[in-house]
Amino acid sequence: MSTHPRKLVVIITESALEQALAREVIDLGAHGYTIADVRGRGSQGTREAAWEADRNIRIEVICDEQVAQRIAQSLREKYYDDFAMTLYIADIGVLRPEKF
Amino acid sequence: MGLDPVVLFFLLGVAARLLRTDLRLPEALYEGLSIYLLLAIGLKGGVELARQPLATVLPQSVAVVLLGLALPLLAFPVLRRIGRLDRYDAAAIAAHYGSVSMVTYAVAVAYLGDIGVDYEPYLPLFVVLLEVPGIVVGILLAKLGEPTRRIDWQSLAHEVLLGRSILLLSGGLLIGWIAGPQALAPQAQLFFDLFKGVLALFMLEMGIVAAGRIRELRRTGAFLVAFGTLVPLAFAVIGAFTGRLIGLSLGGTTLLATLAASASYIAAPAAMRIAVPQANPSLSLAAALGVTFPFNVVIGIAFYHWLATQVHAP
Repeated sequence: MSTHPRKLVVIITESALEQALAREVIDLGAHGYTIADVRGRGSQGTREAAWEADRNIRIEVICDEQVAQRIAQSLREKYYDDFAMTLYIADIGVLRPEKF
Repeated sequence: MGLDPVVLFFLLGVAARLLRTDLRLPEALYEGLSIYLLLAIGLKGGVELARQPLATVLPQSVAVVLLGLALPLLAFPVLRRIGRLDRYDAAAIAAHYGSVSMVTYAVAVAYLGDIGVDYEPYLPLFVVLLEVPGIVVGILLAKLGEPTRRIDWQSLAHEVLLGRSILLLSGGLLIGWIAGPQALAPQAQLFFDLFKGVLALFMLEMGIVAAGRIRELRRTGAFLVAFGTLVPLAFAVIGAFTGRLIGLSLGGTTLLATLAASASYIAAPAAMRIAVPQANPSLSLAAALGVTFPFNVVIGIAFYHWLATQVHAP
């Protein structure tokens, strides 16, 4: 089955940003997103998600190259200084290109 | 004096964490319990609020809000000068200590129940009133002298005023006030009789969470430990005198002193993360949750009760 190339933008960050980011990725041109609660460890220490003020989320956005770059740049400028945030972009193939 | 079982549950949680067991309350249960506690506290206050003349409650409420505005202003210079923290961290911690902890209040209510001391039943109103001013002052302290960054008051108001604690506490107050004691009687077993048992379960989780902060304290140093114990003591004195001044009973004065001494670790962290992202959240949480909360529930509340008896002594 043939697939169409798209980008998968994955953002792992503090749950405090959930609403703001959900709004932002849509404003930047994404058609949708998926959010999950996660826990782990990184440069800002262990984040066990043991406390509601201390939870982490993972936001996944499937979009085209342009939107992916826009999201990456916008988030880097706004949040990298003050928030625990990891962002990476992966190449993926989707079956229904019109959806993304 | 024997320790309240509620406190023993807390200590069990602390022990479970320090011994590295994998005990955790499921998140859904934790959230359910916290919704229950907020509603129960609100309902209890609301039922009684209807019986109070507005002329008593209104001036008291104004004084309580002023107290909430004053506390962070007192904490801020201590954090700046003695703690040598930067403006953002100092403002964020000041906001946590200006705001209040609902669970600390609940433990104090349970304590007063154990020793048979009455209090003004509408005090949950003061919990609601004390939650917000400290946070607002903290944000202003952080933003003053920083003209470049705007404050988005609209989304901030949404975050603070429609956070779970304010919504459920005031919702409970309103429901209790509108429905009245007779209509609520069929629910009394759930919301009033089971309260202490639910609080005990919640305190088990609080113990686990608070003990998890101890490791961070080793990193952040002695100042926060001193701040987290001495400032609540000082604030309790201010709270006790305020209670006396506005004519609260011995029990009410104890509760107001406890509220003044308590530090927020739910509403304040969420609001400060959005409004003052430059502040390091682990500092304020380590102090509020790792030091002040355990200090208040294990030692503080009994001391604040003693303090209240002193200011009420003829």
